[in-house]
Amino acid sequence: MTKKRRRAGLRLTEGGLDLLMPLHLWIGLTGHIERAGPTMQKLCPDLQLVGSRLTEVLEFRRPRGVQIVDDLRAADGQAAHVIFRAQPRNSLKGIVIALPGDQGVLLNLSLGISVAECVGRFGLKSKDFAPSDTTVEMLYLIEAQSAVLQESKNLNSRLQGAKIAAEEQAFTDTLTGLKNRRALDHVLAREITRAPRNRFGLMHIDLDFFKSVNDTHGHAAGDHVLQQAARIFVEETRTDDIVARTGGDEFVLILMGCDNEKILTRIAGRIIKRLQAPILFDGAQCRVSASIGITVSSRYKKLNAGQMASDADAALYQSKHRGRSCFTMFAPP
Amino acid sequence: MHGLVNRSIQRFVQETYGDDFWSEICRDAELGFENFESMLIYDRSQTEAVLASCCLLLERSRKGLLEDIGTFLISHPDFEALRRLLRFGGDTFEEFLHSLDDLHDRANLALPELDFPRLELRVYSTNSYCLQYAWGQRGFGTLVLGILRAMADDYGALVLLEHSTIQGEGGDIDRIAINILDAEFAEGRDFELGVGT
Repeated sequence: MTKKRRRAGLRLTEGGLDLLMPLHLWIGLTGHIERAGPTMQKLCPDLQLVGSRLTEVLEFRRPRGVQIVDDLRAADGQAAHVIFRAQPRNSLKGIVIALPGDQGVLLNLSLGISVAECVGRFGLKSKDFAPSDTTVEMLYLIEAQSAVLQESKNLNSRLQGAKIAAEEQAFTDTLTGLKNRRALDHVLAREITRAPRNRFGLMHIDLDFFKSVNDTHGHAAGDHVLQQAARIFVEETRTDDIVARTGGDEFVLILMGCDNEKILTRIAGRIIKRLQAPILFDGAQCRVSASIGITVSSRYKKLNAGQMASDADAALYQSKHRGRSCFTMFAPP
Repeated sequence: MHGLVNRSIQRFVQETYGDDFWSEICRDAELGFENFESMLIYDRSQTEAVLASCCLLLERSRKGLLEDIGTFLISHPDFEALRRLLRFGGDTFEEFLHSLDDLHDRANLALPELDFPRLELRVYSTNSYCLQYAWGQRGFGTLVLGILRAMADDYGALVLLEHSTIQGEGGDIDRIAINILDAEFAEGRDFELGVGT
């Protein structure tokens, strides 16, 4: 003998409904809101939801064209997407459930993607969400992520600042690895304070025909030529000497402890000779040479970096005038 | 060690004892720099060197120092984000205590490299709890103690906290006995879910 077990329909107190679904709307057959979850009511503080007509409060994006309760009943079990007719027109997502008999329809909603904004605007608390709802977790994540992102942004901007500062303080020409103008000024100033105890030779070098290498073979070839020239300068000087690139194809050499004109001209001659050998780049033969102007510290009664530099330049231009590929020792007129 | 931990120590020392004192600690610890970045990872030896110099120059115990740093993290406006994230744990101090079980996973979601310890809450009664955890690095336990103390104040709860360490299989295990004397002792600080700012 079997006894058929009768199941009573699930019954829920209204308080239980509020806790389970704080964002629900219960719509009666007339299309009016019979009951609204507590959080739902918080979302429209200026409007008494219970008693209002559903379609006057919400605009249905999905299901489309909802006018009367029968339209909703037909959408039983379907996803819903609604927008408040009142500003700021927050959008909600949820599900439509047709209730048995003539009880109408239950609409359970959630804040969806507008959650962070709504929580701030309406001052919602964690109690306003069901514990089974992960909204608070989502808020936590949003906040954690934005805190981490902010820290990372701060780090990036500090690193950027540090990079710029480092570049400004750099003493090295990044293309050739030689000293740059800053470093040269530094060393020249130091050597001048040490003179006349320390003597030195100053050599200004311009690469000849460099522009045509760039124009004919491209900038990569030009860069390669500059690197090869830099290597020759370093090889033809001692480790204590200073080799600097001061401009596109301009170089300056300081030869420490050497004001012997014979030695200096010998070095200049070797540099020019080596530079005249074709430099290979990607199968192309790049041809350059050098014009050099030289002066020495012992020529001056009172040393002055600016004067020495302009004398070395004057000698350099003399070399250019004499047809390039040569050196000139500065001689006062 | 995560930069956040190092940065916390730095900001605590700077705010409490001044920038000059922090510079002195960096020199003593032979760091070679004075600014920890909270989003970079540093070698543990650097954290240890800084803590050792702090203890030496401040003549303070490591435990007491770390506890103060924990309190500082919750109460100083620089670290408001951290306080807020912890307040997500619940509306009352009791709920907050229960949320500590998830803190490891939550911290992992936000900052996987932080290596935050797994906290385990044991409930003896509605007023009596025990929090147990093992922070991989020895002697960081009182940092959590300081955080708990400050969070109790944040919720306005009057609590009694007692820290102890016991020998476990994988090293020392920290234990904090928690007794809530009055859950609504004071007003507490404000917390809104919405970011607002």
